[in-house]
Amino acid sequence: MSAAIIVQVALGGLLMGLVYALVAAGLSLIFGLMDVVNFAHGELLMLAMYATFMIHQATGLDPLLQLPLVALLLFGAGVAIYRGLISRALSVRFNTGMVQVFVTFGLSIFLVGIAQIVFGSDFRAINDGWLSNANLVMGQIVLPWSQVAAGLVCVLAFAALMLISRTEFGRALEATREDRDAVALIGINRDRVFSIGWGIGAAAVGIAGVMLANFYYISPNVGANFALIAYVTVALGGFGSLLGALIAGVLVGLVEAMTALVMDPSLKQVGIFAIYVMVLMFRPRGLFGRL
Amino acid sequence: MSTQTNAIIRRRRRELIIGAVLLVVLAVLPLPIPNVYLRGLMVLTLLYAGLSQGWNILGGYCGQISLGHALYFGIGGYTSAMLFTKYGIPPSVGMFVGGGLAGAAALLVGWPCFRLSGHYYAIATLVVGMMVLLLITNWDFVNAAMGITVPFRHESWINLEFRTAVLPFHYFMLAYAAVAWLLAWIVEGSRWGFYWRAVKDDVAAARSLAVRVFPSKMAAAAISGAITGVGGALYTQYVGFIDPDSGFGLPLSVLIALPAVVGGVGTLWGPFLGAAFLIPVQQLIVAWLGSTGNGIDLVIYGIVIMGLALARPQGLVSLFGIRSLAGGEVLADTSAAAEAVDNA
Repeated sequence: MSAAIIVQVALGGLLMGLVYALVAAGLSLIFGLMDVVNFAHGELLMLAMYATFMIHQATGLDPLLQLPLVALLLFGAGVAIYRGLISRALSVRFNTGMVQVFVTFGLSIFLVGIAQIVFGSDFRAINDGWLSNANLVMGQIVLPWSQVAAGLVCVLAFAALMLISRTEFGRALEATREDRDAVALIGINRDRVFSIGWGIGAAAVGIAGVMLANFYYISPNVGANFALIAYVTVALGGFGSLLGALIAGVLVGLVEAMTALVMDPSLKQVGIFAIYVMVLMFRPRGLFGRL
Repeated sequence: MSTQTNAIIRRRRRELIIGAVLLVVLAVLPLPIPNVYLRGLMVLTLLYAGLSQGWNILGGYCGQISLGHALYFGIGGYTSAMLFTKYGIPPSVGMFVGGGLAGAAALLVGWPCFRLSGHYYAIATLVVGMMVLLLITNWDFVNAAMGITVPFRHESWINLEFRTAVLPFHYFMLAYAAVAWLLAWIVEGSRWGFYWRAVKDDVAAARSLAVRVFPSKMAAAAISGAITGVGGALYTQYVGFIDPDSGFGLPLSVLIALPAVVGGVGTLWGPFLGAAFLIPVQQLIVAWLGSTGNGIDLVIYGIVIMGLALARPQGLVSLFGIRSLAGGEVLADTSAAAEAVDNA
């Protein structure tokens, strides 16, 4: 095993980790804001990937150019989910925690079913995008452009999320997170903040989905795997922490890539799970979590 | 003793009588129904009633929402199947070994996970469940992704093997569901039951009343895991096959929890009502629409889950005017019942 291969695998893991980080950031944002875990988070990713695929098929528009469009679509989906389901689930008086879990779980089953009806169970892939089959070659290190671009776009999206958190709206978000009842007294519309929070969380997943569609297979069940990684990432980084999601995502990507290098690739997630168990045992609130 | 205490005792006695009557009715029910499909439907319904009652003890009474109960189901099923196929130990014994191992596994999972609360706990159980699924899928000793086929040897009650008859399994599942119900009935009125509901309602308050929170959760997990494990073993004998997805998959974890959620969490009858509603609905959807996989069944199922969770958060039991012992507005009942147990 040469040093070049190790560096190449590590870089690949780093780039994938940035995608994980963005998926996890959406989950973390929503959780931090209103204490709701979106168990349909992976299915939002799946929707974004199919949307990218379908638009590419229908119009030939390259995934890269679809970024704003799909992000907007997912923003709308996030707002719709909040308005249609979550706001209702929040106002339930019995078993509130249970209702939230099973409403989003029901939504995930529903979305997988819809995808199966509309797209079938076949695996799809985009093979003729601008970035398909192009490699970035640096000496002995070869990286597919599609993955490099995914990493870069996810970093940009992360920067945008950080910027948003510094705006007036970001401060309203923070205030709502601190005390969702008191903010009404200073003229913040809680419902509006929540629905935009869902929109932004879903849009983050949408951007990750577009970039993933460039090099990852697309199927109705593709979301489950990413959702699982997102839960581990968020638990590791600390629920509600954006910076935590970024660092944990990269860490998870690296560990996954390195595990695949030393063990059978089908066991590459063992490393991730080992991290999770260690977090559980030694630091249940995650690296940057607040209690 | 207050009249309220007497009311609780009377109510519990009445529930026991209703349970006994229902047991007799369910024992006789399949006899005039020769249809194998309908009999199979009843077998599955009873199985899930028992499984979900097991989930209900941890998720309902103790309020720890587990999304990884397939883990215990799979351990029970695999243990009994492995003991039978590799060592010739009959499943009638193996199912208790499997249940015991599943209970032990629940303690092992609970030890780190019970430090987490609420959603954090739910996610932890989900991740741990997926982790074990991955390991089982790659573990050659248990045939990895191939799964285990339980060979048919000869008709035998000891081995739980019957060539064509569904009826014996009806009685096995009925006994299973009845035992699970009875366990729930016993713990509901026991000291543990009150500890669990206290933990569920308000951990800090429970702790301040000297409820030992962690041991309470562990006890609930062990009982819950063991019941689920026995169910996994029974299912494996009924179907004759278990593989990583059918034993450890996430959809199964949800399916185990759903009857209790739909019927009414933390109630004695919730899991039964939920199973009696959900399992036939699910099976009918599959029957009407042909095989699974075209997605329509998932769509309908998802809508049912979302709709019921939002429209009937307190569960189907509320339609029958059955109140939970732990229901918010009957808090006075709970303390009165505690008094009843102390006086008993």
